Amino acid sequence: MAETVAEKGTWTVKKGLAEMLKGGVIMDVTTPEQAKIAEDAGACAVMALERVPADIRAAGGVARMADPTIIMRIMDAVTIPVMAKARIGHFVEAQILESLGVDYIDESEVLTPADDQYHIDKHSFKVPFVCGARNLGEALRRIAEGAAMIRTKGEPGTGNVVEAVRHMRMVMGEIRRVQNLPKEEMMSAAKNIGAPYELLLEIASNGKLPVVNFAAGGIATPADAALMMQLGCDGIFVGSGIFKSKDPRSRAKAIVVATTHFNDPKILAEISRDLGEAMPGIEIATIVPEQRMQDRGW
Amino acid sequence: MLIGVLALQGAFREHQYLLDKCGVSTRQVRKTSELEGVDALVIPGGESTTMSKLLNGFNLMKPIIDLANQGMPIFGTCAGLIMLAKHIRNSEQETLALMDIDVERNAFGRQVDSFETNLDIPVLGAEPYRAVFIRAPYIIEVSEDVNVLARCADKIVCASQDRFLVAAFHPELTNDLRMHRYFIENIAKQKI
Repeated sequence: MAETVAEKGTWTVKKGLAEMLKGGVIMDVTTPEQAKIAEDAGACAVMALERVPADIRAAGGVARMADPTIIMRIMDAVTIPVMAKARIGHFVEAQILESLGVDYIDESEVLTPADDQYHIDKHSFKVPFVCGARNLGEALRRIAEGAAMIRTKGEPGTGNVVEAVRHMRMVMGEIRRVQNLPKEEMMSAAKNIGAPYELLLEIASNGKLPVVNFAAGGIATPADAALMMQLGCDGIFVGSGIFKSKDPRSRAKAIVVATTHFNDPKILAEISRDLGEAMPGIEIATIVPEQRMQDRGW
Repeated sequence: MLIGVLALQGAFREHQYLLDKCGVSTRQVRKTSELEGVDALVIPGGESTTMSKLLNGFNLMKPIIDLANQGMPIFGTCAGLIMLAKHIRNSEQETLALMDIDVERNAFGRQVDSFETNLDIPVLGAEPYRAVFIRAPYIIEVSEDVNVLARCADKIVCASQDRFLVAAFHPELTNDLRMHRYFIENIAKQKI
């Protein structure tokens, strides 16, 4: 007889859920009704929030973890995985979210950071975490802290994909560079980008991040989603892009299809038709530095 | 032998990687035209609701069912198991409905209850199989001609019926080739 001990919360199990979300779209929702729309459109998971990033941006002030009631109602409404956001460094919000039974925690720069120096020790949780990153060093720091999934930060709530593109190209470019470094240059490279040395060695030999890497922050159209997929990400987060558009139902469906058929311009053309207006966008240069969410996190 | 891997969403690349190690050719299947010439099909782990919407949206459901009825072997893991089942508890989700199994989705609980464990799968030999269960389903009931291949805590988690093979866990998340070899040698090669 094989041993029948069930080991929960292992690295394989944490990383494993993200593997299952690949090629899929994770949508921000604020109500059970929106969660149903997302599920019906084919979302592979939802992010339960009190407000989407565009509204957080507009409201200003301190943005915190959502009210547990909102999260629980969304968990009851759908059978797909439900994620929720905790503030950077706020390990008690994370403990609360874990106790609610959410499937993934996003330690997110969209909320106001609770700690200006340290992130959560994500290894100490059974629930897996996803974290944002703008470059390879940041991604590897988060992974070393226990993040089982990475996403670009982009610039949330803008409907402007340019920052997500920049972050994805940055990570991919740095991976390619590291692969070409001789061994004696690795330590300095690790120092320069603030990455754990062992993880950087792993990147050099495998040529990819050790966890799933999604795109997030500013994706508003099916073409945006396909662009990020062609740049090499594993799947898509859409925040404000769906429920801030004129016709969320059709747009949600179209973005799901675009993420699967990202390499097929004919299909992309077909599904991009008659979607109604996308969310209003924001030019990044008009955002004052203090309001740039991507600069949060260390 | 050419094995198609349904690539609408989920861990399709991992399946391709293991099949490749087993020495068979693979092809990602997203459209009807990509089913042409495929000898067998793998349906990977992922989100079954997402897969089912995309199967419907691109009219893939019927061609796969037709090919299966003409004898195409199919191996489904986790979401793939759900897609093959004739009946899903508490759900109106559309499936391929090819296997006489009655399935409960997310039956082991949410992600915090996801686990890995050593399983006895006698058809794979004496060595225990490291099985990874992610928000996994299990099989509640099977008809007489379904072979139960493994149980976990008394629940049916691996089964076959003629040319169909299903696992509630994720062989694609391990480096153990035995499950894929079993599908290729004992199921696919016997049927094509």
